[in-house]
This record gives sequence, structure tokens and C-alpha cells, in this order.
Amino acid sequence: MIGYLIRRLLYAVPILVGVSLATFMLFYCVFPPRQIARRNLSAKYPTPQQIDAWLVVHGYDKPLGAQLKKHMTELFLLQFGKSDSTGEDINARIRAGAWPSFLIAGLIFFSSLAAQVFMAIWAAYFRGTYVDTWLTLLCVVLMSITYIVFVIVGQYLLGNILHLFPLAGFESGISGFRFAALPVLLGLAAGLGSGTRLYRTFLLEEVNQDYVRTARAKGVPESRILFRHVLKNAAIPIITSTVLSIPSLILGNIVLESFFGIPGLGSYTVDAINSQDFAVVRAMVFLGTLLYIAGAILTDICYALADPRIRLE
Amino acid sequence: MLYDWLFNLIPVAIVIALVLTVRRAARKPLWAEAIRRLKTNRAALVALAVIAIYGGIAFCDSIAWRDDHNAPSLSLIQRTFGGTQEPTYSAPMATETFGEPRPRPLAGKHWLGTDGTGQDVLFLTLRGCRTAMIIGGFTLLIATPLALIFGILAGYHGKRVDDAIQYTYTVLDSIPNILLLIALLMVLGRGLPQLCIALGITSWVSLCRLARGETLKHREREYVRAARALGISHTRIMARHIFPNLLPVVVISTTLNFSSLVLAESILSYLQLGVPPGIGSWGNMIDASRLELARQPIIWWNLTAASIALFVLVLAFNVFGDALRDAIDPRLRS
Repeated sequence: MIGYLIRRLLYAVPILVGVSLATFMLFYCVFPPRQIARRNLSAKYPTPQQIDAWLVVHGYDKPLGAQLKKHMTELFLLQFGKSDSTGEDINARIRAGAWPSFLIAGLIFFSSLAAQVFMAIWAAYFRGTYVDTWLTLLCVVLMSITYIVFVIVGQYLLGNILHLFPLAGFESGISGFRFAALPVLLGLAAGLGSGTRLYRTFLLEEVNQDYVRTARAKGVPESRILFRHVLKNAAIPIITSTVLSIPSLILGNIVLESFFGIPGLGSYTVDAINSQDFAVVRAMVFLGTLLYIAGAILTDICYALADPRIRLE
Repeated sequence: MLYDWLFNLIPVAIVIALVLTVRRAARKPLWAEAIRRLKTNRAALVALAVIAIYGGIAFCDSIAWRDDHNAPSLSLIQRTFGGTQEPTYSAPMATETFGEPRPRPLAGKHWLGTDGTGQDVLFLTLRGCRTAMIIGGFTLLIATPLALIFGILAGYHGKRVDDAIQYTYTVLDSIPNILLLIALLMVLGRGLPQLCIALGITSWVSLCRLARGETLKHREREYVRAARALGISHTRIMARHIFPNLLPVVVISTTLNFSSLVLAESILSYLQLGVPPGIGSWGNMIDASRLELARQPIIWWNLTAASIALFVLVLAFNVFGDALRDAIDPRLRS
């Protein structure tokens, strides 16, 4: 197990090197710092002197080799340096925004996993009947609505008309949950369709197995078959596919946080887009990749824990 | 003038190419069988009809000409639905402006009302069709060849080539899509071609992985070994023997991908990274109307029109994609 983990971590290193090289190419070669300076300077036609001064202030004035070295060490030591537009320390901002983002993403992840699995079991229980047909149709309909409409209409109906939740904003500590409720609910709704549909197919693959027939022959009730026998066996593909939800969690963070004014990493990214802050976007791309790879490794561990037949070696 | 007409040839050429491809495919047994199965599926036919209507609107919006040398080039849709410019908001079918202390009479009739700048909402919604079709279609035109070439090369040659290609797409795939899109679009800037390129870069990986896997399977089959024994070149084997066998997978995945691309446009518009405001798009309409629900009295027609137009197209592609998958490969039927 430990050996496997170490190998897995080592395998992540070339990928991270690749990602940081790709971002370097994007932000230093395809779109050189001079252009970044031009976008950031408030003057419409900045003079070359102004651009040079900006480059010196933001540390973009060294030759390309030195830049590459600085870029790589910064990313791998997780020292992201200073923001291009405001000059504030990116690490401090990430530390401040980590908790709200983590709260939102964590709540969405666990609640939608539970809701999706529950809906999928429901569909599998009523397989072949009109309930299943309508549930599947509902999933396709939910999949066809864009995240933005979920958020706009959800905030309007639940927050503005029904006054069930605070409209926007965030507070630290326990009261943060009150503000997180509506974004989490909307994130859950937006992901419900695709997840349920996927898990339903996993469950239906198990339903036709021999062990289910045996259990039914013994007289085990159908609900127990589904929740015990089938769910346990379908847990493996379900766990494997949860890693796929990480990118959509990040998307959720970006959209929900900026829409509801939650001071997390997502709204930081949106602010960076609006102020043409390339340093922050660079940091966020690396951080997102890091989280994704960590999620993939965690998934593998859970996979081994859920299935005693799998040994990670 | 001649230059304008050359531009009109592009949509015509696309339509002709589509019709010819489908007709040619219909003669092959595998595809004829799939089409026969599709014809029995009523939902699929309705979805196809909806897609065709959207395509037709997009086509009409792509045919444009000038009335005289100095006039702006106007498309068929602009000529038919362009409507009259109003001073500000007006409700659907209303006769006077909306939300002003002293309502003014409207110059024309607007089925779906007008937005804040006084433009007809029905017209804006119809214009969004072309943008959505371009985003879906051109992105897939960029992504699919890229994915197929690299996927087949990786699967067929194996070893070094496979390692290099796998490494490239694993690196791209480990960056969460939305972050990569943000980075790419910040660098490339706002615009329709830029959007297609960025979406193309992020969406080729899954198809490439699929193509590689399928090629690995086909490489060991008898027909490929026979072709190799006959001395047929590698390029020819890949292009004439393996590629046609990947087509079912490619068709299914591109159809299902289309809807996610249209959805992505709306999210990117929300992040101010979508198409520039001059080009009508549903994402921009939704983004512009997001604060209008909070007004008193509320303005709902703008958001409703754009999101329903978007929803119906995406739903049609989802339904048609599923039906196509069932029709092409009945084993995948759930």
C-alpha cells in the first residue's frame, strides 16, 4: 500500500512538470509578459518606458531561462508570489479563501453523491416501469439546463420570492453554513442529472448478476438486495467516477462563489479574470491540477478500501 | 460585393457536404441499419427535426448581402426579424415601453418584447442559433481530427509514440477544464474563433483516449494483420482500414459533445470570456439579464427566451445522441 502510494506520487511529478511547462509556454511565450503589462497598465497607449517599469516591478524583466527557473520553483514550492494587478500576496489570499471554497465544494460533493446514489437506486428499483422512464427523462432535462440558469432562477425563487435563504454573502465560522446552503443546493441540483444517470447504469449492470438472483431466491426483500448487495458491488465504479466530479466542483466554486459573493478561491479567480491578473490565474491552474491529482490518488485509496479484492501493490 | 458572396458559399458548402456524407453513409450496411433503427424512434426524429430547425435558422443567418455599396451586410434573419429599434424595455406583445414613469408608444410589434437597449428579444434569440452552431460545429471540426490522428497513431504504433501522446493528453487532462479554458481565453482574447480554438483544445482529449483504446483493439484483429501481411503501408492501414471502424464511436461522441460545448459557451459568457457583445449569443443574453430579475417589476422575457432556446437545443442533442448510440451499437443499450 505504502509502496503503491509512493509510486503514485512519483508518477504525479512528471505530470505536474508538464502542467507547469504548459502554463509557462502559455503565459511567457504565447502571451509574453510585455503583453500582460500592456493589458494591466491603465494607460491606453503605454510608452515602452512604462512597460519596462511595470516588468521590473512585477519581476518579469529577467531572461527567459531565469524566468522558467523562477516559475518552476515558485509553483513547486507553492510560493505563488504577488498578484499582477493589486500586488498582494497570492498565498495569503489563497489561505483566506480556502475555507469558504472547501466548505462549498465539500458540501456539494457529499450531498450530491448521496442524492445521486439515492435517485439511482430509486430508478433501479423501479426499472422497466414508467417511474424509471420519467426519472431518466428528468435526468436528461436536468442535464440540458445550463449552470447559470440554475443559479439565477434558484436564487430568484428560493432567495428572493420564498425568502428561505440569505440572498448572497458569507460569514466565517458556523454561520457560514447558513450562507452556504443555497449555493450548495443549487450546485446539487445542477449535477443531479448526469450523476444519477451514470450511477443508474452502474446499478443496472449489477442487477442482472447471478448473486442477485440467488439473494432473491433466498427470499431477501428487494430493497435489501438493492441497498446491501447491489450497492456494495456498484460502489466500485461509483467511487472510480467520483474523481470525474472534481472539475465540475471547481466549476461550481467559480460560478457559485462569484454569483453569491462568497470570498473563496472561485471568486478570486473571477476577480483575476476581470482584472487581467495572469499571476493569479497561473497559480489557480496549478492549484486546481494539484487538487485534481490528489483527488485521483484518494479515489484509488478509497477504491482499495471498498473492495477487499483489490490490493494496491 | 463579390467578397460577401464568397462568404455565403461557406454555409452552403457545409450543408451540401452534410447531405452528401449522410447519403453516402446510408448506402453502407452498418449505417443503413442504424438509420433504419433511428427511423423507428419517434423521440429521435423529433430531436432531429428540432436540430434541423436550429440549423436552418443558423443557415438563414449566415446568408448575408448588401443592398448597395455603403450599406451594411445584412443576413436573411436580420432582414426578416430585424424589427425596429425601441428606446428601452418593453414587455412581450406590449404597445408601450416598460418600466418608465411615462411609457412611450412603441414603433413596432415585438412578440417577445425588447431588452434594455431596445432590441427585439426574438431577433436576438434567433441570432444566438448561429453562434451556438458555430461554437459546436467548428470546435468539433478542430477537436475531432486532432483526437483521431493522435489517438490512432498512439494506438497503432504503441511504444514511444504512444508514450508521448499519452503524456500530452494526460497533462492536458489533469488541468480542470474550466481553469484551462480561463487561461487559454485570457491569453487568446475574446472572440468566436478564439472560443472555438480554446474549446477545441480542451475537448479533444476524451475522444483521443477513446480512439486510442479502439485502435488497440483493432490492431490485433485478423483484418489488420492480413492487411499488414499483404504489405499495405501503415498510413494506409490506419486511414483506410482502422479509421472507418472507429467512425461509429466518433459519431456518437461528437453528437453528445455538441451539447456540452453549447452549455460551456453560456458559462464562459458569464465569466466575461464568451463571444464579444456584438455577436448575439444566448450566453451573453443570459448574462445580461441576470440582474433584471431583481428589478421591480421584474423583467423575465429576456432570460426566459435565451434559456429556453439554449435548453431546447441541448436537450435535442442529448436525446438524439442517446438514440444514435442505441441505433449504432445496440449492445450499449441500457
